[in-house]
Amino acid sequence: MNFLLELGEGLRIALEAIRANKLRSILTTLGIIIGVVTVTLMGTAIDGLNRAFMQSIAKLGVDTLYISRTGWFVETYEDWTRLRTRPQITLRDVMQLEKEVHTVLAVAPIVRSMAGVKYRERSSQNVSIVGSTDQMVLTGGLGIETGGRFFTAEESDGGRPVCVIGSDVATNLFPRLNPVGKQVKINLRPYEVVGVLESQGMFMGAFSLDNQVIIPVRQFLTHFWHDPDFEIQVKVGDVARLEEAKDELRGAMRKVRRLEPGDADDFAINQQEQIAERLRVVSATIAAVGLFITGLSLFVGGIGIMNIMFVSVTERTREIGLRKALGAKRRTILVQFLIEAAAICVVGGLLALAIAWPVTLVLKHFMPAQLSLPLVGIALLVSALTGLISGFLPAWRAARMNPVDALRNE
Amino acid sequence: MSLICLTNIARRYVMGAETIHALRDVSVSIERGEYVAIMGPSGSGKSTLMNLLGCLDTPTEGTYELNGENVSDMDDNQLADIRNREIGFVFQTFNLLPRANALRNVELPLIYSGMRLDERRERAREALQQVGLGDRVTHKPNELSGGQRQRVAIARALVTRPSIILADEPTGNLDSRTGEEIMQLFARLSEAGNTILLVTHEESIAAHARRVVRLLDGRVAADEAKGGDRSPEA
Repeated sequence: MNFLLELGEGLRIALEAIRANKLRSILTTLGIIIGVVTVTLMGTAIDGLNRAFMQSIAKLGVDTLYISRTGWFVETYEDWTRLRTRPQITLRDVMQLEKEVHTVLAVAPIVRSMAGVKYRERSSQNVSIVGSTDQMVLTGGLGIETGGRFFTAEESDGGRPVCVIGSDVATNLFPRLNPVGKQVKINLRPYEVVGVLESQGMFMGAFSLDNQVIIPVRQFLTHFWHDPDFEIQVKVGDVARLEEAKDELRGAMRKVRRLEPGDADDFAINQQEQIAERLRVVSATIAAVGLFITGLSLFVGGIGIMNIMFVSVTERTREIGLRKALGAKRRTILVQFLIEAAAICVVGGLLALAIAWPVTLVLKHFMPAQLSLPLVGIALLVSALTGLISGFLPAWRAARMNPVDALRNE
Repeated sequence: MSLICLTNIARRYVMGAETIHALRDVSVSIERGEYVAIMGPSGSGKSTLMNLLGCLDTPTEGTYELNGENVSDMDDNQLADIRNREIGFVFQTFNLLPRANALRNVELPLIYSGMRLDERRERAREALQQVGLGDRVTHKPNELSGGQRQRVAIARALVTRPSIILADEPTGNLDSRTGEEIMQLFARLSEAGNTILLVTHEESIAAHARRVVRLLDGRVAADEAKGGDRSPEA
């Protein structure tokens, strides 16, 4: 007998049987549904995290290094209190470092604060105010909208009252006007807008890079914060030279910070790879927990399927006997019941996707989550496999039935 | 060569410590085109004989040649093939699939022989016409009367054009009038050249056949042809 015909007939019988026992079939798939929802959401979350990270990395550039007083990830409170005693990084440190290193593309000091920004009667609250130099356009990989520019070295060194505004700030304050050449007030002090940053979107889905205003660092020191702890952004310019550049920066920083040969570093050189590592740990944790829940619910679900298939086989003993009398082989009966078990599970898988999909839409607000096609495929495949595995024993029992006894069954 | 040739058939069942001799040393031959009733009281072994003839079971001893093939020691799957090709079953309780309409029920054996959809639809329709149900193809079993259900079952038995039609108490679940109609249908099918084996315990039903094989305690007690047109051991 033609195997495709057998599959087609099996599917038809399976769907008829499921339709005849709708409620029973759906209740049976509850475990499968939970399992598949978990595996789908887990996949979506991991995928979303990675995607968010890749997008953020693409914005900042992988060849950017960040020097600060402490590392990005401080593990313990003890470490934290110890690291707090390190001397702050000052603007003088940054300037000296800039003179010491020669092989990197650009070095820029970064300090941040928050303030309100106003243009006439329109205002934007909680804007991130960044103090830096003209070099930041290179280190931050910033793009400027046409018609504007970043502030120049002269404006930067002279501490001129100019600013470059993020795209969110621009749309908030200047819904219809071109912001370039206009005067905004930051903390009531006037600054001339010389350029608008191209939109950069969210960083890790957490905060907007577009809600910021960049001003010359000397302006920042005079009017916002006299004695801040600087972060130094370094653009290496070549990913292949990243390690080399780190060594050079470390040597130069030790010299700038006047460390003796035996002293430990009192600064840290960070790079995005560290975030990537964190992310891998988080992803692995989500995966481990998710797989555990998935495995458990699929196991329980599988047992439910096995149980209901045994019931189905017993109920249809006469039908099995009849089919065998009419010429169905063992394989035909086996395939028929395997398909039925798989079909019940796939129905469960589809229900699960119908639940997971709106949840993904909610997740979308936090990360670029997406119910990807391969994930849908995996979910359905996992459901079908669960059905095939747990349906095997009942199907085997059906296939091995003796037609005489089966037909006699009442 | 006979269509059916049973030689020294024995069938024993082991039930716990006891061995039941359902059939002992049965030899029967049946020619193509015969209309034979197999009779006997319960416990006589007629069900066992029917299961053997229908290739649902294999004998403990002896050989069974069907259409020139020795089926006595075939395995499950080979027997399924033989049943599909050579035998059309008609059961006392009809055994129709309740969720499938008449057409689907009739085409079922053709699915197992791997026939293409359009061809098997055509054959199933033909078979339903043959039993006078050409206008009931889309009806489900619960929309049909008992007699009509048995006709659908007969159409299902005919659809593969088998060597034997094996009917097990085909009128057992029908009132006498409907039963009579079904027996007339069998008579027509016999006249058309089909080989029919009828298993029954009712003399009035067996009277329709042209030859009666009587079983008692697992042996052939009598084998009588009627109308004198055929001798029992041809």
